[in-house]
Amino acid sequence: MNLLEIRNLSLSIGAHNILKGVDLSLSPGEIVAVTGESGSGKSMTALSVMQLLPETAEASGSIQLEEQELLDLPEDQLCALRGQSIGMVFQEPMTALNPVKSIGDQVMETILIHKALPPAQAEERAREVLTRVGLPPNRFPLSRFPHELSGGQRQRVVIAMAIALRPRLLIADEPTTALDVTTQAQILDLLQGLVTEYGMGMLMITHDLAVVADLADHIVVMRHGEVVETGHTRHLLRHMQHPYTRMLFEASDHQVTLPPVPDLQPLLAVADVVRDYRKPRTRLFAPPEFHRAVDGVSFTLHRGERLGLVGESGCGKSTLTRAILGLEEVQQGHILLDGSTVFSGHKPDRAVRRKMQVVFQDPFGSFNPRHKVHRLITEPFYLMDAPPKGTERSDRIAEMLAAVGLSPDDASKYIHEFSGGQRQRIAIARALITRPKLILFDEAVSALDVSVRAQILDLLAELCEAYDLTYLFISHDLNVVRTITDRVMVMQAGKIVEQGDTEQVFSDPQHPYTEALLAAAPRLPKITRGVA
Amino acid sequence: MSRNLILGTALSSLVVLAAVLSFLWTPYDHTALDIPNKLQPPNATHWLGTDHFGRDMLSMIMVGARTSIAVALVAVGIGMTAGIPLGLTAAARKGMWLDELIMRGNDLVFAFPSLVIAILITAIFGAGAINAIIAIGIFNIPVFARITRGAALSLWEREFIMAARVAGKGAARISAEHILPNVANLLIVQGTIQFSLGILAEAGLSYVGLGAQPPTPSWGRMLADAQTMVSFAPHLALIPGCAIILTVLGLNLMGDGLRDWLDPRIRVART
Amino acid sequence: MLRYTLKRLLSLTLSLAVASMVIFAVIEVAPGDPASFMLGVNAQPDTLAALRTELGLDVPKTERYLTWVGGMLTGDFGTSYTYRTPVSQMIADRMWVSLPLALYALTLSTLIAFPAGIYAASRRGKPGDIAVMGATQLGVAVPNFWFAMMLVLVFAINLRWFNAGGFAGWDKGFGPAMQSLTLPAIALALPQAAILARVMRSALLDVLGEDFMRTARAKGLSRRQALWRHGLRNALIPVLTIIGLQFSFLLAGSIIIEQVFYLPGLGRLVFQAISSRDLIVVESVVMLLVFAVIVVNFVVDLAYAAVDPRLKSRT
Repeated sequence: MNLLEIRNLSLSIGAHNILKGVDLSLSPGEIVAVTGESGSGKSMTALSVMQLLPETAEASGSIQLEEQELLDLPEDQLCALRGQSIGMVFQEPMTALNPVKSIGDQVMETILIHKALPPAQAEERAREVLTRVGLPPNRFPLSRFPHELSGGQRQRVVIAMAIALRPRLLIADEPTTALDVTTQAQILDLLQGLVTEYGMGMLMITHDLAVVADLADHIVVMRHGEVVETGHTRHLLRHMQHPYTRMLFEASDHQVTLPPVPDLQPLLAVADVVRDYRKPRTRLFAPPEFHRAVDGVSFTLHRGERLGLVGESGCGKSTLTRAILGLEEVQQGHILLDGSTVFSGHKPDRAVRRKMQVVFQDPFGSFNPRHKVHRLITEPFYLMDAPPKGTERSDRIAEMLAAVGLSPDDASKYIHEFSGGQRQRIAIARALITRPKLILFDEAVSALDVSVRAQILDLLAELCEAYDLTYLFISHDLNVVRTITDRVMVMQAGKIVEQGDTEQVFSDPQHPYTEALLAAAPRLPKITRGVA
Repeated sequence: MSRNLILGTALSSLVVLAAVLSFLWTPYDHTALDIPNKLQPPNATHWLGTDHFGRDMLSMIMVGARTSIAVALVAVGIGMTAGIPLGLTAAARKGMWLDELIMRGNDLVFAFPSLVIAILITAIFGAGAINAIIAIGIFNIPVFARITRGAALSLWEREFIMAARVAGKGAARISAEHILPNVANLLIVQGTIQFSLGILAEAGLSYVGLGAQPPTPSWGRMLADAQTMVSFAPHLALIPGCAIILTVLGLNLMGDGLRDWLDPRIRVART
Repeated sequence: MLRYTLKRLLSLTLSLAVASMVIFAVIEVAPGDPASFMLGVNAQPDTLAALRTELGLDVPKTERYLTWVGGMLTGDFGTSYTYRTPVSQMIADRMWVSLPLALYALTLSTLIAFPAGIYAASRRGKPGDIAVMGATQLGVAVPNFWFAMMLVLVFAINLRWFNAGGFAGWDKGFGPAMQSLTLPAIALALPQAAILARVMRSALLDVLGEDFMRTARAKGLSRRQALWRHGLRNALIPVLTIIGLQFSFLLAGSIIIEQVFYLPGLGRLVFQAISSRDLIVVESVVMLLVFAVIVVNFVVDLAYAAVDPRLKSRT
């Protein structure tokens, strides 16, 4: 008997058809991964099982949990089921917990709301469960509040809440997407261990194919609300039937070829840079304490070189990026671009700034929604002493838009008319328009779907040929850094712990932290390209 | 466009039209006394009746609308002219002493309710419409400063502001070019709300004699005059009261409608 | 928590100090000398000088400021220019009308607004919500002093359930005193309740969209349980801010409402003082009102910390 059986599930919200005839089944003790790009309907499938859909959603078909039909179930019986028979883990640990209640209260609530145990025993159970997920009460008392925990620890609390009553089905909706790789590995281990130990079935929603391949017994690939392919993991990885599945796996491991680096002339020299932040005071009259975000960083970036910078959140890579861009002054050391300092006399130097540009992560937040594209991409002209005018200006705009694969007509559109991938192209056009000597890519492909990401990586490789780019590519994604850079630096707690040729570092890491990072990153299996 | 917006705009325009029309024409001279015909309830010759001196209520309401609108409008103008730059500056200097100074100054003004400011000003310079405007206007400054700062702070975190900074633009230019256009909708909506609050405040000040002085007609003073006569001539209180309510209601509906129309995410502070 | 309280206390003291300086400075720039105003234009120079000494007007400004502040700290607000009686005594009598009135109104406003806001939020978009929102839209537009006149007309003049005005006095007992404050409190409270209900509703609707509400539902809480157990406390954070601001509004509003009901409160006192240019009384009443507002905001800050544990660990 299957634990969960979804048959011909369709879902519409207003005029939008979100799901079209989805079929899926899951047995006890099994992990089924639903994967696909954004808009594929994978999260809606999960919420349908919980019956926590938006009020205006209309579902048809059938969802059976142990042969009980959920679609017809009245709300009070669904409440009895949620938390008791089905547990759910969400994507954002930072917001999934109530900020004004202690973690003990929140875990106990699952038990008490179903009247499964009297309060005293419920507290005992909460302790057990929190210990099981790696938060032993002697180190993490039940009275802790969510804001006193890290992202990974909060996700453990969310998991504790979901498994407190040992549900038969656990739904995990992108449970590790918001976490760092090493934390991700620990959380995935925990989830897998719980499935084996409790004999639960787990429905895992994720966009990350490497995670899917590592963890799942069964894979369901979705696109535009439809299941395009489904099968046993090992079988599916070897015999992909649908071209979309193949495209998805290929794009996830997309490789580009960069032109060779010309002879080494230094362009950016960073020497012994230190950046401290004042911590909020813990006592009223205590001397201020400092947090050293960047701690004695030195490196050289050569003309025509593509340098990577990897590290987990909070390692100081964003601070370093801002310091290089001249957005923040450093306390010690210096940053020289083409021989001149970025900051001169507490003010960033215009002439130096002119030589660099940046592409940010968020394709939706990177543009002023009230300006048209031609105004957006010419913003860096402000740094030039004699910016191009008239036809020269419009020619340059047209050239840049063409260079990033857009049409010159796009110049008169507003940013909301473009997709995420197109916006990132516009961001690249903006960075290129003054022909800077150095471009910083700050997590520039991290928010994109794999297929779009592959296209942007191709575009970067093309631009390297056409414009002799020199760039610093900052990312947490090791796979991407491996293909798009010549040399890489690994940053941990404000320090560069290892740097060297990208292939060298990845295949033979010297520093234990680099080793740990590489070991934690889930790996895509080598698939036989182009053979079905 | 929502029903709120249409209804609100219609009501507000009606009041503005009445005020504008009063410069050209009113049914009677609003200062003309006609003691024999005093305290008439609404009838065919005096549509809204007459007051205790026999003055035509409709004419007084029309001219009174002028006072209300002028006071509230100028007060909103003062609040915006001073408050928006303060809010933009505070946001651009987030966490630094200037931001701290502006926000503490705000809190200080908030500690003096507009009526208390009016009392202080009146105690010194005497009562009058100008002093009422200043009192209401001063209280509007922190409202606009706070709301501008709040909205601007979240914008400063956005990547398009970082991009502008990388393009070498300074805080003032970024505030004018990127921040202000993106908070404009919010400020328009808040402006409508403050306008309606200004009308209420003006009425309150005139009622206690701190607003416009005779012979300038004002709705608040009409209510003060009506107070002793409300038991036998309720229309003296009902009519100016309804004028205030309809105006404020119209402006509020317009503000809510504008908010939904311009940007459903905007939240308005209404205190 | 202690650290947080101390920090708020420090900021309270600073606000009071700055406010007292502002008030003193503003009164100082007032044109006209109180002594010559009291004695009229034909006063003899030596009588004038004697009065100035008596009123303490001949000492330097900084010294006068310090005397004033120092006096207030010990409960001595100086002597009224007009009545020649201690200001503190004049204020004390009146304060026991204005302050209870504002608190009474605040309680009423909260008692009405919370259920109305919660009800509307839990029935978002349904007829119940639309009706409550329509009523609040109207309530926000009504001037409280006009509403007060209408209450008098209906409940005092026509129905004779209450007195039209005047204050029974606390020495007549709690009941009669509260009765004479009831209509004024209702007049003050209803328009504020309309505002508060709207804030409550929108704060709740904001919270309902939060991720942790979905988490609560996934645990098996019903919509209603999630609203009460998780939504309400989080929604209180913005609502508290408004309650704090409302107190200052109600206190100021009570000054106007006192005129409608002929209540012998601070409002009456301050208007008399203005007309007789008794600036020391104006100064002290304004300072007292500002003091009350700042103290209430301090209490609101403490209430924040009780509601939101994140504030306690931050300083």
